[in-house]
Amino acid sequence: MKRMPTPTMLLRATTTASALRPADDAEAQTETGPVPLSNADIRAMTLPLERVFAQVNRIILGKAHQIRLALSCLLAGGHLLIEDIPGVGKTTLAHALASTLGLDFQRIQFTSDLLPADIIGVSVFDREAGSFKFHPGPIFTQVLLADEVNRATPKTQSALLEAMEERQVTTEGETRPLPEPFFVIATQNPSHQVGTFPLPESQLDRFLMRIRLGYPGADAERALLQASPRRALLSRIEPCIGADELASLCAGVARVHASAALIDYVQALIRHTRTAPELTSGLSPRAGLALLQAARAWALMDARGEVLPEDVQAVTPGVVGHRLHAADPHGRINGVDVAARLIEAVAIP
Amino acid sequence: MTPRLDTRNVAWMALSMALVTLPHVERLPVWITALAALAIAWRLYLGWKGGQLPRKWLLLTVVAGASAGIYVSFGTLFGRDAGVALLVVMLTLKLLEMASMRDAMIVIFLSYFVVLTNFLYSQTIPTAALMLVGVWVITGTMIGLQWREGALRYQETLRLSAIMLAQATPLMLVLFLLFPRVQGPLWGLPRDAFAGVSGLSDSMSPGTLSQLSLSDAVAFRVQFQGEIPKPNQLYWRGPVLWYFDGTSWHMGMTFESATPSYAPVGTGAAYSYTVTLEPHDKRWLFALDLPAKLAPESRFTTDFQMLANRPVRSRTRYEMTSHTSYRLGYEGLSPYERRRALQLPDGYNWRTRALALNMRNAARDDEDMVKQVLAMFRTQPFFYTLTPPLLGDNPVDDFLFNTRSGFCEHYASAFAVLMRAAGIPARVVTGYQGGEVNPIGNYMIVRQSEAHAWAEVWIAGRGWVRVDPTAAVSPLRVESGIAAAVPATDALPLALRSNSEWLRQLRFTWDSFANSWNQWVLGYNPERQYWLLSRVGLDRATSQTLALILLGITAFITCIFAVVILRRLHRHARDPVVAIYARFCRKLARRGAQRAPSEGPADFADRAARRVPEAAAAIRAITESYIALRYGAGSDRAQVRRLKRLVRELQ
Repeated sequence: MKRMPTPTMLLRATTTASALRPADDAEAQTETGPVPLSNADIRAMTLPLERVFAQVNRIILGKAHQIRLALSCLLAGGHLLIEDIPGVGKTTLAHALASTLGLDFQRIQFTSDLLPADIIGVSVFDREAGSFKFHPGPIFTQVLLADEVNRATPKTQSALLEAMEERQVTTEGETRPLPEPFFVIATQNPSHQVGTFPLPESQLDRFLMRIRLGYPGADAERALLQASPRRALLSRIEPCIGADELASLCAGVARVHASAALIDYVQALIRHTRTAPELTSGLSPRAGLALLQAARAWALMDARGEVLPEDVQAVTPGVVGHRLHAADPHGRINGVDVAARLIEAVAIP
Repeated sequence: MTPRLDTRNVAWMALSMALVTLPHVERLPVWITALAALAIAWRLYLGWKGGQLPRKWLLLTVVAGASAGIYVSFGTLFGRDAGVALLVVMLTLKLLEMASMRDAMIVIFLSYFVVLTNFLYSQTIPTAALMLVGVWVITGTMIGLQWREGALRYQETLRLSAIMLAQATPLMLVLFLLFPRVQGPLWGLPRDAFAGVSGLSDSMSPGTLSQLSLSDAVAFRVQFQGEIPKPNQLYWRGPVLWYFDGTSWHMGMTFESATPSYAPVGTGAAYSYTVTLEPHDKRWLFALDLPAKLAPESRFTTDFQMLANRPVRSRTRYEMTSHTSYRLGYEGLSPYERRRALQLPDGYNWRTRALALNMRNAARDDEDMVKQVLAMFRTQPFFYTLTPPLLGDNPVDDFLFNTRSGFCEHYASAFAVLMRAAGIPARVVTGYQGGEVNPIGNYMIVRQSEAHAWAEVWIAGRGWVRVDPTAAVSPLRVESGIAAAVPATDALPLALRSNSEWLRQLRFTWDSFANSWNQWVLGYNPERQYWLLSRVGLDRATSQTLALILLGITAFITCIFAVVILRRLHRHARDPVVAIYARFCRKLARRGAQRAPSEGPADFADRAARRVPEAAAAIRAITESYIALRYGAGSDRAQVRRLKRLVRELQ
């Protein structure tokens, strides 16, 4: 693997490369059929997850379900889109997740004049060396917070989204891999706000999950108001787990058992979205995979070695909400409602 | 080599091959058995070590050598014995050529064919049982070859194989019962099939019958309709011997007669019975002295032998009626017959002839002469034994004046010679005397050991009269059978020594079983089939109708099995766990906790436990078990049973 990181990246890269090994092993196992998780495995994985959850939960108050969803999304190896109005803690959540997981963190504030090179990096002529030297952009990190992603122009958006899917960046004819793991946590304002370029469906599909934070509850809000500023808390966060531990957790997700009965259920859900007249289009196979993978991660967060229909139901709003659109001319039905109707409409086989 | 031709499957093939060729071993030359064993062992070794199969030229050489060897051993490559030898050699060599699935299937079907060849030699119950085991194992081998999901345990393979054979049974029965029958075996047995069959022959010399007495093979079985005659009436008439050459008796010329006749004596009561005759490769059909009617496809001779049109080469059954009291030939004797009945070779047995003349002169008439001779046998020290001393050039003289111990053929022969020398027409009749009634099944078994010889003399005014000189010497022979009559030191087949009651019982049971097998399986001939079909109103069925019915029933049975199997597949898709859980949900619904179709089991359990708090523990246990079974990685039957029990106990 050839990479051209910054000096700090280089340091990170060595640790990442070693952290990758167990994940490779786990992948080799899945080829002969995944080994089911034993109870001991599950215990060993649940403890760090609990620590991560507890720490993030201390910073983002009263949003346990959303934090779980966000963690599931990252454990499932997917990118996360947080959609909400400004000021509800989107950035804080992203930052807290990155720090707690012990990952590199970079933030890009998307604006309408942001250019692809501002994200990816640029080659500058080095006079001393007599050649062009590539200066990597902020995308060369493990967790990238793309703040207000829908404020950038489609051209810039697509540069980011291509990197998300390929996990590599191509500039000036040279392909550069992104660090492992690579998560994008993007936030966006609701699209009816001024000065936004809504992400097209094809690009929304790259996000495994879209969640909404919403206003905190009264108690949580009070606690928030009384406590010390979040910024200070964030700076004091210690990583709960390392990158290698995260990699083995991700490998553990792949080993969570999805029985034939459960696959039947996931298929029934997908089939319903494709045939139901109230939906404009159905779920893609990628969406189906995302649904199952997120449900696996959710089950593991719940300390279980097998996926239950409840796990699928729990992640469904997050996974399908930004992918499905109701055939509703007035636009009153949003994606989450669609998901709720979907769950209700499909019987568990 | 395909992966499925692994050691395990090769071992199965070797086992099935060994099973089906095992009965052939005693009939094959030793070198063929050795070659076959070598080929099997070699293939097993290759399968175990994973070596290369032998090269083509080597196999071709072995094939050529073995074929030549078979030609040398048997003088032909055709016929039953050589054919079987060739088949066994080729089958075992095919193992060494077995590289693909196709080869393996050929080996399997050839093994089925070898099963068939065993029945060319023996159709007894033990053979059938062994071959059934063979078919079982071969089918198991085939299942193992076709199985694509890992290795099957051998118990599982055998179970599947047994199920498949059981499923095939109805079809087998239909084919057996309805397939148009031909008389005799479906294809003619090869000519060499009857070497070594024991039985009566057309000549008799001292030692012939005592030799036969050592065999406890069944000669025929008789089912009487109604009363069974007394033991001293049980003379089963066989070859009648006219010509005496000084030592041996021969049939001489036989004259077939369309309607020989005799007059029944007394009330005219006749015994009706059915004889099932074992194949003996001769033409005689045995009947109680004297038969009143002719068996199908046979003819009478003038001396009341019943001859089948062809040698009896398959088990033959015929209905028969006999009169045991009769007058035969009392109208007179033709000069030619008289000459034949008085024939004696010159230059032999002079002392006997002198004795006969003396006795005849002393006797009042012919009948008195007969009585005198019988009295001589009875009163003088004559002995009845299975192992008489050897006789010299004049066997009758030797017997009457020196050894004085003999078996029935000695007495019959001496008696006939005495009569002829005294001018009384006489002939020797051979056949069987007696029979053992099997209380299980209530039929009579007549064995080769009951072979007997007696004499008939012609007395003016009375005709041919049966005289059994053996009865004079040893009345027990006729009254109680041979085992009681011969000295205990004489060697007799084990079956005839009836010391142990349970052994007798065992023997009777077995023979009764064998008799039913013979009657209903092996003896299922066109007549039986016709009888059976007429019972169900199909007595006018032609072969074509039969074939149509056969196809119809076959299709029907196949459809039934198809439906059953498809339904089972369908039910298989509907997991028992799901059915049990549905029952659980119905129970809770009656108590007010209705599960929504889209509600997950854990969510439902929470809600139901709140709704029905008194059953909360049971609900949680059931849900936990259900989740483990339906969504967990592994499940076993014990868990399913536990879930079932839990749901049943839930009120």
